[in-house]
Amino acid sequence: MNRTVARLTVLGLLGRRRGALLLVVPALLLVISVIARGADVDKHDLAVSILGQLSLGTLVPILGLVVGTGVIATEIDDGSIVYLLAKPLPRWKIITTKLAVAIVTTWVFAAVPTFLAGLILVGTQDNLAVAFTLGTMVSGAAYSALFLLLGVVTRHAVVAGLAYALVWESLVGNFVNGAKTLSVQQWGLSVARTVAADGSISAPVALGVAVPLLIVVTVAATAFASVKLAGLTLAAEE
Amino acid sequence: MSLPPEATANRTAAADSGVIHNIGYRSYQGPRLGRSYATRSLFVQSLRAAYGLGRSGKSKVLPVLVLGALAAPALVIVAYAILQHAKQLPVDYPQYLSTFSIFIEIFLAAQAPVLMSRDLRYQTVPLYFSRPITRGDYVRAKFGAMVSAMLILMAVPLLVLYLGSILGGLPLGHNTGHLLYGLVAAVLYAVLYSALGLLIAASTPRRGFGVAAIMGALVVSSIFAGVVFGLSGGLNGYVPESAHWSAVLSPSMLVDGLVNQVFGLVGDPRTTHAPGALGVAVFAVEIAALVVGSYWLMLSRYRKI
Repeated sequence: MNRTVARLTVLGLLGRRRGALLLVVPALLLVISVIARGADVDKHDLAVSILGQLSLGTLVPILGLVVGTGVIATEIDDGSIVYLLAKPLPRWKIITTKLAVAIVTTWVFAAVPTFLAGLILVGTQDNLAVAFTLGTMVSGAAYSALFLLLGVVTRHAVVAGLAYALVWESLVGNFVNGAKTLSVQQWGLSVARTVAADGSISAPVALGVAVPLLIVVTVAATAFASVKLAGLTLAAEE
Repeated sequence: MSLPPEATANRTAAADSGVIHNIGYRSYQGPRLGRSYATRSLFVQSLRAAYGLGRSGKSKVLPVLVLGALAAPALVIVAYAILQHAKQLPVDYPQYLSTFSIFIEIFLAAQAPVLMSRDLRYQTVPLYFSRPITRGDYVRAKFGAMVSAMLILMAVPLLVLYLGSILGGLPLGHNTGHLLYGLVAAVLYAVLYSALGLLIAASTPRRGFGVAAIMGALVVSSIFAGVVFGLSGGLNGYVPESAHWSAVLSPSMLVDGLVNQVFGLVGDPRTTHAPGALGVAVFAVEIAALVVGSYWLMLSRYRKI
């Protein structure tokens, strides 16, 4: 961790109006929860579909994508990363600092609203709010690490990340069950299932598979990103 | 000034043999191609850029991948229908576009910033405006290019379906009619999506941010509409007609609903459709308002540059 790098990253990520734009995500979640609270539908199913599909399934990947690539890819893109790389600071420290900022931002903008939405929808029933918050936190961290790596590896990080989050996790995952084993979203769901009351959430991936995969992906992505940043080529692509 | 003697000798010899004639400054007197030619060139260049033509190999990867991903299922569907000796295609033409809309949205999200953000980022927009083309021409050319690029993207799989089913001996009249429905849907998708996508892309010089914002807006709005649909009774066995009003919240469901209702493609009450004549009017007006509003905002955004 380096405090200056962290401060600059936060400024780059949330400075100007960008922080306000990111606030759209939690605001939307809370608005839907308040609307849904008044509807006469089964509250439990509703909470599982809103927290599971909307929050964990869509908002967290998109937020992770914006934040994970935003902490480093924008700097690489506009070339200002050279001033950071020229400082006597180990590259892995830059990566871990930026990752920490990304993870904390994802938690603030996704996990906290998920918890609040859960409380609004079902209160403390079945432990759903806490369960989905934990699921959001672990998958948010994994997404941040994964998308930060993409930001270092390719100029088209956002498109590649979208292809993974939407095409692989949603589209392919719907048809091919095996694809769900390799999906950050399902790992988060698996963690949520363990915390929630028995039978209230269904997740296709076992916890014994999900947790090691989460840890391996997060750590490996961070390590690989450090290696890649150590040998970064700064060249215009087009 | 101590050049070696042979060098000075060479120089004087060269000066003797070559004379510079002062012909004065002459401005270009020939014909000029004018504003419309420049706009057309910008349109062609933008359309090519949308598919990465004339650019590096890397920028061709994504458009080609998306085009392939959108066209490949059409081949499979046609092959399946022919092998099964089916009376008609298992997926109707407009339904094909809404089923695989994720690829259309990815294409828009990835390529709209290519057209808009790069000019802003490298500050080439003022250079365009120092030529005869006006701000309106610039927006028109970019909008036309994006709409054409998306039309090409959607027309290819539809034509694959059509040609395949005609060659496979499926009824000609039915397929031609439904191909036209599909093409109308494609035009609506192209115009609405391009207007929204280009507006978002024009508001940020950062490509990555533009991609995420476009995709976020489209995906989140359709999930939001889905949740509202569910809340108003869409998850029950019997779907009330009023639940379909939720489609006004999402651009993709808006087009899908309008096309399904106008062309009478509603087989089952769960299919997205505009509820009644009032629904058709509201959906059509909303699409028009979104397109015109986005276009106007884009114009006013470039007026400031």
